[in-house]
Amino acid sequence: MRQVAPGIAVAALIAVVVLGALCAVLWRAGGGSGLGPADYAALRFTVVQAILSSIISGLLAVPVARALARRAFFGRSILITLLGAPFILPVIVAVLGLTAVFGRAGVISTALGWVGLPPVQIYGLHGVVLAHVFFNLPLATRILLQGWQAIPAERFRLAASLGMGAGQVARVLEYPMLRSTLPGALLIVFTLCLSSFAVALSLGGGPRATTVELAIYEAFLFDFDLGRAAVLASVQMGMVAVAAVVSLAWARQEGFGAGMDRAIRRQDAQTPLLITQDIVVLLGVSLFLVLPLLMILLRGLPGIWHLPLAVWLSVKTSLTVVLFSVIIGMAASFALSMAAVRIRWLEGIALLGIATSPMVIGTGLFLMIHPFDAPSRYAMAVTVLANALMALPFALRVMVPEMREIYSNYNRLSASLGMSQGAWIKLVLWPRMRRVSGFAAGLTGALSMGDLGVVALFASPEQATLPLQVWRLMGAYRMEDAAAAALLLMVASLAIFWLFDRGGRMDADT
Amino acid sequence: MLKHLTLVTGLVAATNALAETPVLNVYTYDSFVSDWGPGPAVEKAFEQVCACDLQFVSAGDGAALLARLKLEGTRSEADVVLGLDTSLIGAARASGLFAPVAVSAEYTLPVAWSDDTFVPFDWGYFAFVGNKDGVTPTSIRELAASDAKIVIQDPRSSTPGLGLLMWVKAAYGDDAPQVWADLSDNIVTVTKGWSEAYGLFLEGEADLVLSYTTSPAYHLIAEEDDSKQALPFTEGHYLQIEVAAKTASTKQPELADQFLQFMVSDAFQAIIPTTNWMYPSVTPAAGLPEGFNTLITPEKSLLVAADQADALRDVALDEWLAALAK
Repeated sequence: MRQVAPGIAVAALIAVVVLGALCAVLWRAGGGSGLGPADYAALRFTVVQAILSSIISGLLAVPVARALARRAFFGRSILITLLGAPFILPVIVAVLGLTAVFGRAGVISTALGWVGLPPVQIYGLHGVVLAHVFFNLPLATRILLQGWQAIPAERFRLAASLGMGAGQVARVLEYPMLRSTLPGALLIVFTLCLSSFAVALSLGGGPRATTVELAIYEAFLFDFDLGRAAVLASVQMGMVAVAAVVSLAWARQEGFGAGMDRAIRRQDAQTPLLITQDIVVLLGVSLFLVLPLLMILLRGLPGIWHLPLAVWLSVKTSLTVVLFSVIIGMAASFALSMAAVRIRWLEGIALLGIATSPMVIGTGLFLMIHPFDAPSRYAMAVTVLANALMALPFALRVMVPEMREIYSNYNRLSASLGMSQGAWIKLVLWPRMRRVSGFAAGLTGALSMGDLGVVALFASPEQATLPLQVWRLMGAYRMEDAAAAALLLMVASLAIFWLFDRGGRMDADT
Repeated sequence: MLKHLTLVTGLVAATNALAETPVLNVYTYDSFVSDWGPGPAVEKAFEQVCACDLQFVSAGDGAALLARLKLEGTRSEADVVLGLDTSLIGAARASGLFAPVAVSAEYTLPVAWSDDTFVPFDWGYFAFVGNKDGVTPTSIRELAASDAKIVIQDPRSSTPGLGLLMWVKAAYGDDAPQVWADLSDNIVTVTKGWSEAYGLFLEGEADLVLSYTTSPAYHLIAEEDDSKQALPFTEGHYLQIEVAAKTASTKQPELADQFLQFMVSDAFQAIIPTTNWMYPSVTPAAGLPEGFNTLITPEKSLLVAADQADALRDVALDEWLAALAK
C-alpha cells in the first residue's frame, strides 16, 4: 500500500539533474580562468549584503513580532496575512515599487524636498539591503512570532501575578526565547540573500554592488566567458551549500503554519509608553510593506489598457510555464511526500533545490546543452524545471507533515479493510491532502510566475516571460509600460496563489 | 461548399506566399527599434524596395549584441548585426562571425574609412548632457572633483559605456585608474544600456548623463525644449562610429548585402539625424536638419585606432572594474 517507488524515482531524477548540472559546472570550471579582483569584490559584496540584510531584518523583526504577539487589535490577522505576501510577490515588482518610494524622484525624496532636504537615492549597497529587508523582515517576523507564541500563556500570567514589569518579562521569558529563535531566523535570511539576483541586477548600480549570481549572468551575457561563469558558479555553489547546511542545523522552526490567530493578554505591556511604541512599530511596518505595492497600483493602472502586444505574449508564455511547473512540481511533491513517510531522508532531496542557486543550475544545464544545440530553444523547458525545483522544498514542507498524519491515522484501518492502492489514494489520501496540495500548488505557481533568474540566462531576444518583459521594459526606459506590466504581474501572481489555494479548500473534507 | 474550398485554397496560397517572402533578421540595440527610434521608418523604407520582411530584434545595447552573437555562434538567426562601434570592431573581427561585404559610399565621416566587413551608418561625439541651469564642469577631471551626480553605462554591455572607458584611457593613459577612482563617488548607478541611463537622467535621478553632443538636438527639435546642453570638455571628446555587418552564418547573404548598401543610401541616412539623433555617415542630399547647427563641436576629437582598441579595452576594463568595485 505504501507506494515508495515513484517517490524514489523522482528523487533519483532530481539528483541526476542537479548533480549532473553541478558536475558540468565543476568540470568546465577546472579548465576555466581564475577569478579577477572584480570577482572577489562580488564575493565580498554578496557576503556583506547578506549579513547586513539578515541583521537588519532580524533586529527590526523583534519589535514587530513582539507588538503582534502582545496586542489584540482589529486587522491583526490581515496584517499577519500581509506578512506572507512578499513571499509570493515577484522581486521585480517590489523593486519597481521600492524605487517609486525610495528613489531620487520617489515619495520620500519629494517629501524631503518640501522641507528643503536633499533627495535620497536607492542604487548601491543600501538599495540592495533595503529590498532584501522588504522581503525578509516579514519572514523573520513570522518566525519570531511563532517563537513568542510557543511561550505558554500561563508563564505570562505567572509573571503578571508576580508583579513583573515589561523589562523583567523580557529578561525572564522573551530573551531566552529570542536566544534560541533569532539565530535560526538570521541564518535563513542570510542564506536566501546569498542567492540574490534580480535585486542586485536592478538596484546594484554597477561593479561596486554585484552579487556572485549577477556576476555569473554577466560572464554569460557580457563576456560570453563560459569558463569564468563556471568558476563563479562553483564559488556560489560552495557558499550557499555551507550556509544552507548550517542554517538547517540551527533552524528547527517552521517558516509558516497555523496557530498565530490570537494574542496573549499581557498585563505587563499596558503602559502608555509601550502601547505607543507598539502602535508606531506596527504602523511603520504596515506602511513599509504597503506603500511600494500601492505605488505599483497607482503608476501601473493608467497604462494597463494599452500595453504592447509583447507583454500579452509574455503573459501567455508565463502562464504556460506556471501550468507546467505546477503539474511537474506537484506530481514530484506528491510522490516524494508519499515515499518520505517511510523513508525519512527522501525529504532531504528537496534541499538540493535550496542549496543550489538557480543560476548554478542554469549554468550547468547551459553547459550541457550548448555543445549540441542552441540553449535558447530549451529556455522554457529549463525555466519550468528550475521553477518546479525551486518551489519543491516549500511544497514538501507543508505536504510531508500532513501526509505523515494521514498515514498514522488511517493506514492500519485501510490495510485491515484490504483497500487497493488506487482506492486508498482516491478515498483516503486525496480528500485529506487537497487543502495542503492547493496551498503548495499556489506557492509553486506564484513563485514560478514571478521568477526572474534562469530565464534571463537562456531566453533569446524574441522570448520572454512576464518578469523578464518587465525588466526589459525598464531597461528600454518605458517606465509606464513597465509599471503597468508589473501591476499585471503582481495581480497574476496573487491570483494564481489564490486560485490554487481556494481550489484546494473548496468542498474539502478536512 | 465550393465557396469554402476556394477560401481554404486561398488561405493555403496566401500562407505559401507568406512563407516565400524572405525574412531578414537584424539584431540591434533597444533604442534603435523603439517607436521613436529609426527602426519603424527604416523597416518601411527597406521593405518597399526589397520584397522581403525586415525584422529587427533588440538584443540589449551594442556590446551586449556582440556577446549575444558569440553565445549563439553559427546557430544564430541573425543576418545582420547593426549597432557595434569602433571600439568593438577588433573583437568582432576576431570572433570570425562576420563576413566581408562590398558596399561603396561617399562617407562624410570625420576620419577616412576603409573596412571590408564593417559598414558605418552614423557617428557622434560622446559628451555629458545636463540641464542648462545645472552643473557645468569643463573637464572629466573637474567633474570627478565635483559632487555632481552622473549616470553612466556599463562598458561590458553598452557602447557609450565603452566609449567613456576609451575616452578616459585616451585622455589620461596611465592616470586613468586614478580618474576612475575620483569619479566613482559621482556615479549614481551604472546601467546596462543607454536608454535606461538617459531615462534615469530625465526622471531626475542624476545631474548629468553620458550621451552624445547631438542629444540636445532631440529635445530642441522633437520637444521644442532648449533646456538641455552637452558640456564641452577640455580633454577633447571621444568619437564613436556606429557600424553594421553581415554575419558569416546568414542564410540570406544577398538580402544582407542589399540591406547594408541601402543603409548608406539617402533613404536610410535621412532618417538617422532625427530618430537616432546622431550624425549620418553619408550626409543626405537635403543636409542636416535645422537645430543641428546649434550643437557644440569639440575642438579636439579622440579616437583609438580599431586595431589597437581591443587590447586597450581589456586593460581599461580591468582598471575600471578595479576602481569601481571598491
